[in-house]
Parts: sequence; C-alpha cells; structure tokens
Amino acid sequence: MNFLSLFVLIPVLMLGALLISSNIKQIRTICATGASLLLLLAITLTSLYLGERSLGNTADMLFKASSTWYAPLHIHYSVGVDGISVAMLLLSSIIVFTGIFTSWKIELLPKEYFIWFCLLSIGVFGFFISTDLFTMFMFYEIALIPMYLLIGVWGTGKKEYAAMKLTLMLMGGSALLLVGILGIYFNAGGSSMNILEIAQQYIPVEMQRWFFPLTFIGFGVLGALFPFHTWSPDGHASAPTAVSMLHAGVLMKLGGYGCFRVAIYLMPEAAHELAWIFILLTGISVVYGAYSAIVQTDLKYINAYSSVSHCGLVLFAILMLNQTAMTGAVMQMLSHGLMTALFFALIGMIYGRTHTRDIREMGGLMKIIPFLGVCYVIAGLASLGLPGLSGFVAEMTIFVGSFQHADLFHRVMTIIACTSIVITAVYILRVVGKLLYGKVVNEHHFQLTDAVWYERFAVIVLIIAIAGIGLAPLWLSDMIRDSFSGLMTALIK
Amino acid sequence: MEYTILILLLPMLTFVGLGLFGMKLRPNTASYIGSLSLAITTLLAYTTAGFYFTMPRIDGIFARQLPVHFEWLHFTETLHIDLGILLDPISVMMLVVITTVSLMVHIYSLGYMKGERGFQRYYAFLSLFTFSMLGLVVAPNIFQMYIFWELVGVSSYLLIGFYYTKPAAIAASKKAFIVTRFADLGFLLGILLLSYFTQTFDFEALTSGNSAIFAGAAGVTFLGGSVISWALVLIFIGGAGKSAMFPLHIWLPDAMEGPTPVSALIHAATMVVAGVYLVARLFPVYVSAAPDVLIGIGYVGAFTSLYAAVVACVQTDIKRVLAFSTISQIGFMMVALGVSGMGGHQGLGYMASMFHLFTHAMFKALLFLCAGAIIHTIGSNEMSHMGGLRKYMPYTHITFLIACLAISGIPPFSGFFSKDEILTAAFEFHPNFGILMSFIAGLTAFYMFRLYYNIFWGTPATHEHTPHEAPKSMTIPLMILAGITVLAGFIPFGHFVSSDGLVYNIHLNWGVATASIVIALIAIGVAAFFYKSRCDIPDRLMHMYPQFHKAAYHRFYIDEFYLFITKRIIFNCVSRPIAWFDRHIIDGALNGMAYVSQRISYAIRGFQSGQIQQYAFVFLLGTLLIVLLVVLI
Repeated sequence: MNFLSLFVLIPVLMLGALLISSNIKQIRTICATGASLLLLLAITLTSLYLGERSLGNTADMLFKASSTWYAPLHIHYSVGVDGISVAMLLLSSIIVFTGIFTSWKIELLPKEYFIWFCLLSIGVFGFFISTDLFTMFMFYEIALIPMYLLIGVWGTGKKEYAAMKLTLMLMGGSALLLVGILGIYFNAGGSSMNILEIAQQYIPVEMQRWFFPLTFIGFGVLGALFPFHTWSPDGHASAPTAVSMLHAGVLMKLGGYGCFRVAIYLMPEAAHELAWIFILLTGISVVYGAYSAIVQTDLKYINAYSSVSHCGLVLFAILMLNQTAMTGAVMQMLSHGLMTALFFALIGMIYGRTHTRDIREMGGLMKIIPFLGVCYVIAGLASLGLPGLSGFVAEMTIFVGSFQHADLFHRVMTIIACTSIVITAVYILRVVGKLLYGKVVNEHHFQLTDAVWYERFAVIVLIIAIAGIGLAPLWLSDMIRDSFSGLMTALIK
Repeated sequence: MEYTILILLLPMLTFVGLGLFGMKLRPNTASYIGSLSLAITTLLAYTTAGFYFTMPRIDGIFARQLPVHFEWLHFTETLHIDLGILLDPISVMMLVVITTVSLMVHIYSLGYMKGERGFQRYYAFLSLFTFSMLGLVVAPNIFQMYIFWELVGVSSYLLIGFYYTKPAAIAASKKAFIVTRFADLGFLLGILLLSYFTQTFDFEALTSGNSAIFAGAAGVTFLGGSVISWALVLIFIGGAGKSAMFPLHIWLPDAMEGPTPVSALIHAATMVVAGVYLVARLFPVYVSAAPDVLIGIGYVGAFTSLYAAVVACVQTDIKRVLAFSTISQIGFMMVALGVSGMGGHQGLGYMASMFHLFTHAMFKALLFLCAGAIIHTIGSNEMSHMGGLRKYMPYTHITFLIACLAISGIPPFSGFFSKDEILTAAFEFHPNFGILMSFIAGLTAFYMFRLYYNIFWGTPATHEHTPHEAPKSMTIPLMILAGITVLAGFIPFGHFVSSDGLVYNIHLNWGVATASIVIALIAIGVAAFFYKSRCDIPDRLMHMYPQFHKAAYHRFYIDEFYLFITKRIIFNCVSRPIAWFDRHIIDGALNGMAYVSQRISYAIRGFQSGQIQQYAFVFLLGTLLIVLLVVLI
C-alpha cells in the first residue's frame, strides 16, 4: 500500500476507535494520538518529497499509486502528490492537530463531535492526495456533509439557518462541479478519470467554454467567490471554534486548490479566454470583503469577511495564470489557513470567557488576558501583512506576479487588489483597539482567566507555523513554484 | 566585515528574548539587558564606521561593501528579494546616528520609564525598533527596505500605543499606522512599477548610472509623464508618509502620545527621516531619470516646512511644538535634496541634506529628551504649566539652550553648519527659494525660543511640588547629546558623504551665513522680547488676527478634513452600504430563492398527499382525458 493512503487511513482508524470508545479520556487520547500521527506524517512527507526533488526526480507527481475501483467508468483510486498538495497536506494536518486541542473541553456529545470531525478530516486529506477526478469529488463531498451536523448541533446563534444555508450553497456548487467533471471526462475522450492523463488529452475549446465556468464556480463557491460567498459569514459565525478553524483554514482551500488543479489545468484555453470575468469577480471580492469587514461588530463576522477578502486574493492570483502569482496563491492559501485558524481559535477562546463576540461589549482585555491579547495582535499583524509573518510573503508574491501583466486591465485590477492592504490595516487595528486596548467595559471581565495549557499549545503551534513561513519562505516557495511548471506548460500550449 | 550581521542580530535577539521571557525577569534586569545589548551594538556600529572610513578609497570613493547577502524569496527569474547588509557612506553614517540616539534613549529611559507598567515590554519594543531601523538603512535592495519599512511602522505603532489604556494613545497609534500604511501603498506600487520595467530591486543596479537598465521603460508614458517618473513619485509618497510631508504629516503630532523617549528616538531622529534616506538612496535615479520629480520633492519639502513652522509658532503643547519643528526640519532636508544635482558643487544639496539629517538627529533627540525631563517633573505637556524652570533644572536648561541655538543656526553649533549648506544650495537653485528657506529658518528660531523662554523664563507657574532636576541616568544622555551638538559642526562631513562619493570640501558661504545668523538673532530677539518676561504683544497679535490664530492652532483643519473623509465617506458612504448590500441584496437574493422554492414546494405538495382516493381520481381523470383526446382526434 502506498504510504499516502495513511492520510486517509489514520482518520478512518480514529473514527473506528472513537466508535468503541467509552469516556472522554479515551476520546482525547485517540484524537491527540491520531492528530499527532497525521502531523508527523505530513512532516515526514514534506522531507521525503524535498529529498526526492533534490535527488533530481522531476516527475509531475511523486509517490504515485493507483488501483482500479470501478472499471467501466475508469474510476481509480489513484493518489500522488506534488509540492502544492504537500503544502496543503501540511496545512491540513496542522489545523486538524490544533483544532483537536481547541476542542479539548467540549462538553456536548464529545464522541459524536469528534466522529464528525474525523470524517471531515478524511474528506480533506483524501481530496488533497487524489489524482482521480471522481475520487477527488467523492472526498470533496465527504468533507462537506459533516459540516452540516457540526454547525447545526454544536453551533451557536442562528445555527440551523446557517448550517442549512452553508450546506445548500455548497451543494449547489457541487452540482455544478459534477456537471463540469462529467463534461471534462466525456470530452477528453472518456477513457480516463485521472487528471494527469486527461491533461494529455485535448478538450475542444467550445466544450471548455461550457465546462470551465461550471467547474470554476463549483469550486469557487467553496473559495468564497463573489457573489457566492454569503454562506461564509453566517457559517463561520455559527460554527463551533474548531469547525470554523477547519472550515476557513482548510475547507475553503479545497476551492482554490480545485480551481487550478481541475478547472485551469485541464481547460487552459478556456481559462485564458474567460479569466477576465473571474478576475473582475475576485477583484471585487478582495476589496468588497475588506470594506464590509470595517463596519462589522461581531468578531467572527469581521473574520469571515476578512476571509472573503483574503480568499478572493487567492482566486485572483490563480487567475493571473503565471507562475509567480500562482505560487503566491498557494502561499496565501497556506498563510490564510494558518492565520484564520489562529483567529478563530482565539475568538473561540475569548468567546468562551466573555460569552459575547460583540466588540462593543468588550474592551481592555489585554490587561486581563495578556496571553490571548498578545496572540490576537500577532494574528492581526499577520493578517495585515507584516513582514516576518506569513501574510507578507504570500501577498508580495501575488502582487509582484500579477504586476507582470503589462495590459491595462490586469494593471488596474492589481492596483485595486493592492489597496486591500490599507483597508485590512483599518479593520484589524479597529478591532485590536476596541477589543484589547482602552478601558475595561464590563466589570465581570475582571474575573477572566488567561489561556490554559491546551489553548496555549494550539495557539503557539499556529504562531510558530505562521512565523516560520514568514521568516524562511524560500524552501516553501521553491517547492510550490517548481510544481507549477507542468501547469505552465499546459497553459502556454 | 561579516561581524556587521551582529549589528542586526543583537537587537533582534534581544527583542525576541525580552518579548518571550521579559515578564519573567525583574523590570530592571530586562532594562539592563536591553541597554547592554544596545551598547554592544553601538560599539559594533562605531567599529564598522571606523574601519569603513579608514579603508583606502578606490578611485576616490569609499567602495560599497556587501558583507552579508543571501536570497530570501524568489519571484521570477530576475526578481527576487535578497536580504543583506550594504555598507556605503550614507548607510554607515545612519548606523552611527541610529545606534547613538538609540543608546542615549535606552539609558535615558532607565530613569524616565522607571516603575512604569510594562517596563520589560518597553525595552523589547525599543529593541525591535532599533533592529528594524538598522535593517532599513543597510538594505541593499528596495524590497528589503520595504520590509523593514513596514517593521519600523509597526514598532512605531506599538510604541506610540505603549500606554494602551489611554484612548488618545490608542487613537494616535492607529492613525500613525494607517496613514503611513496608506503612503506605503504608494511605495509598494512604486516598487512594483520600477521593478517591472527595470527587472531588478537592487540599489546597486538601479543607481549604477547604467541607463540600459531603464531601456525597458523607454517610450512608456502615462498621463504625460514617463513611467519611471511615476514610479519615483509613488516611491516618494511612501517616503513622504514616513517623513510626515504635507499632506501626510497628520500622524506625527498625534504620535507624541507615546512616551517621550520614544518620540525622541522614532519621531525625531530616526524613523521620520527614513523618507529622506529613501530619496537619498535613490538619488542618482531621481537625478538622471526624473529631475522634475526631484524638484517637485523640493517644493513639497518647502511647503511642508513653511506650513509646519507657522503651526509650530502657536502650539501650546511643548511636544507638539517639537513635532511640528521636526516636520519643518525634515522639509529642509527634502528641499536640500530637491535642489541638488549630481557631483561636485552641484551635489551640495545632497551633502547638506545628509549633514542636516545627522546634526538634526542629535539636537532634536536632545530637545525631546529635555522636554521629557521637564514633563517628568511637571507632569504636564502644556507650556502654561511651566515657566521659570531654569533655576530648578540647570542641566536641562543648558542642554536645551544649546539645542535651541543649534536648531536656530547660531554658530558654532552644529545646526548652523548644516543649515547654512542647505540655504546656500537653495539660493543657488533660485534666489526666491533661498529667501523662502531663510524666512522659515527665522521662524524656526522664533518658535524655538518662544518655547525656550516660556519653559525656562517667563512667569513661574505654581507647582504642587517644587520641580527638580532629573536623575543622572537622564541628564548624562542629555550632556552627551549636547556635546555632540556642540562639536558635530566641525566634522568634515563632505569627506565622508557626498553625492558622487568624492571628497567635497565644505566652504561656508559667508554671505548666506551672515544673513541667516542675522535673521536668527532678530527672531530670537523678538521671541525674547515677547516671552522672556510678561508682555502682552503676543496676546494682542492673537486678538488682531483671531481667525488666523485659530486656524493655525487647529493646524489649518487638515486633520478634520481627513476625519471627514474616513468617518463620513469611507465608513458611512462606502463600508456601510457595502455591508448592507451584502446582507440585503446578495444574501437577500439567496434567501429569496430559498423562500420561493419553499413556497412552490408548499403549493405543489398537495400532489403528494398519500391519499389513495385522490390518486385514483387523478388517475381515472387522466385516463379519461387521454381516451377523449384519442377519440376526438
């Protein structure tokens, strides 16, 4: 068996173990062990991958394996990774790992909660290792379903509404996606579902014109493409902490990843032709999300809109269709994943103490809960693109890449996207100022206690990852960059 | 000279160390660690300067050195961010300035900040700032400069907001960050534009004088200006934001909410001159590719300088007077760069600008630290709460006086020499320009001595307890800086720094010098007459032109204008409608779709009632209809 399958196998085993577990202690042991194994696995994979590459292995995908699953439709369970999937797997494992720790003290139905959580992880990891369209789609769906229950049961506020909305919108996206995938399959000759093999085929341009938008929007819904982003604020606001983390941190990345792995890679001609429409939409996302975030008063809404802005930048960069910008896009996925996870973790911890997320009802928390306060500031600084933290590296790569297009349309859109760095600073500093500085608004808040060990642990792991990328980005950017050469050849052809 | 990496590493490690473990240390221990580390850094910087300037010149100039250099991030085949240390005359000069002032501030703060909550945090931030500022000046390429540019911005934000429970400090820190961020957007776009056409970030390649590098931009114009000019304008906007040039100056006076030593270090001596340094760094590019832009910079500098000097004359908060004075003096430096040419006597302005940067850093830091000593004992920033302090604070008094004389341009203090060079350069550019700058120099002398007499002479205010001289840890840095201020004018600055790197011998232009001394003396005389002892002329003047006084006091309402833009336009007319649009139109459309499908489902759910009779009835009816149809047709 190929060792990549361990990424799916470990959560499956965790799920099985959880089913027979009987008390919270066992549940925690299972989850912590499983998540640690996943993290170790991801780190091992990264070093193995880099090792292979440095030995001069230049294949598109490494560690490939395939076994027939349903022969008549050429469906295989085929796996393989390139630098981009490795980066995504690393991200996912970090978020799952820290997500487990932030859910350490969950009280309502912990067993069921973690079971769904594991199912979600199966979907996410499976998606990133698959190279078969159908298998990929299947894992994609597996990742979406648990979300409904996790929000609907363990959420807060208007949770039923939010869960329903999120699921329906994402399902709508999947419907488009399914049509898109079938279109790709049949128009590429109907002889293979494997992405790498389809890429060798030629899909007629007039067909691409139909199926590119379907696929792109299908994935784009999950990547918060304007105007299909409205599930995100409600969904994030209602979801429990770890689910928000996983959702914003990893699930939204499925969208971006799918956009170039499937839509652009397989239909490059249509991508060239139609990119401008989506550049407009994502360009709007970037500033629109940022401006909306300025006036929000709920911490989670602020972050959700900020995610719309940052994820908009991911899709925006992907559509620039050049190596630098696309490298930036993947780095932005990573960076956004880590920092939103950090944000949502911190918001969850603050909410757990103050029982409100309204910034007007809080103030002066820095003095009372300094650890969380400082971490919140760090998350904020990462989000507004401070050098030395991950956001800067990603954004600069995107901007420099996008600027390599000399025509007016791309120039103007790039400049508009650049203005987001100012607006981001405005809403981040507004929140930091209101929430952490100034006078304590509510007297009860004087009794709050600072983070406990498992909270600190989760937060510190995330911060280390953010700072790690921000301080030494070269290996990561090279790893991602090299993996785009295959796609670039497809695009230039 | 690989050891120069330590100049950056030491403050950085100190920041990380104090940031992580500072709270576990006793406050004093943390402050001693911070100061000691900075003392070593300073020593290293001096050693570097010593070695650098005693090296044999190559072709008459001090060679650029690149002791540390590695790739940090890769963009395209030609564009990549490298980090490294570039040593050339101006960066070495800046190393000396920054470490000197920073060390003085570190020592001074031992006394000034003693017993403050977050003493450890304060030293951590000071180290962070020093690290970022040093990284900025030694940057071998424009992207590294941008990186550290952002980092100094954030350290400034953290230090202005040091008293984070004070609403004014929070607002000021936010304002400073956002205004400079806005300017940095220009800087970033400028970098993108410049790098796109030249395919390099490297200063060495950009300033080599090799015109082939701009070949890619040949013929590309936008709104009548060459694209390189636009790029340089955008980059200057970044510099104007940090250096508080009009109309991006609004953050600097508010930044005075931070602790006073911070104002001395960041908002007087080092960070605010980053814009000047940036223009100086790219000076050959400005001269060769966009001389018009350079002259524009001169005009911006002159206007800012005049504006700030007028405003400074009527402020009553001593730190704000100093803040406006800083803006005005940076305007002088910009003017000097703007009127300068390249090489030999043409390059006088460049040399004068750097010289003034150097001397100004010392005497302005001194002024701020004196102000800190006064505020420390009085407990207020308002001039009206002071008066007659010369008896109580002899050291502060003398050092403050020295700094005032220096900034007013009285020989033999350092400001005289540097300012005289700027005035000469301005006169040589155009006599009117020279006259304007001399007038501003006169205003400078007036408002500085207005400040001096109001604080140390005039009517003594009643104090709750008798004012006392500051402790040794504070007065020693004052005396050191005063010493430098007295002596710095005699440094043969042109030997070290000049536009083309060749030795430039400074000649005093006695015509200009005499005129400026006379103007300064007259201004000081007027100030003495007005403020030394009680005199009602200022009040009468104020009542004669109440509108003007009010406008100047409110800084000509520039802040209100910004507030209007941000609060009314951006917040209420852009953000709110967008948020509303999102919730009601886009989301409304979705909810509407859901609602419609729900309604339709309700409407047609009768078809699936599960009643056999109904199904049978519909079935029969349908059959009958089909039969009828068949029969009829």
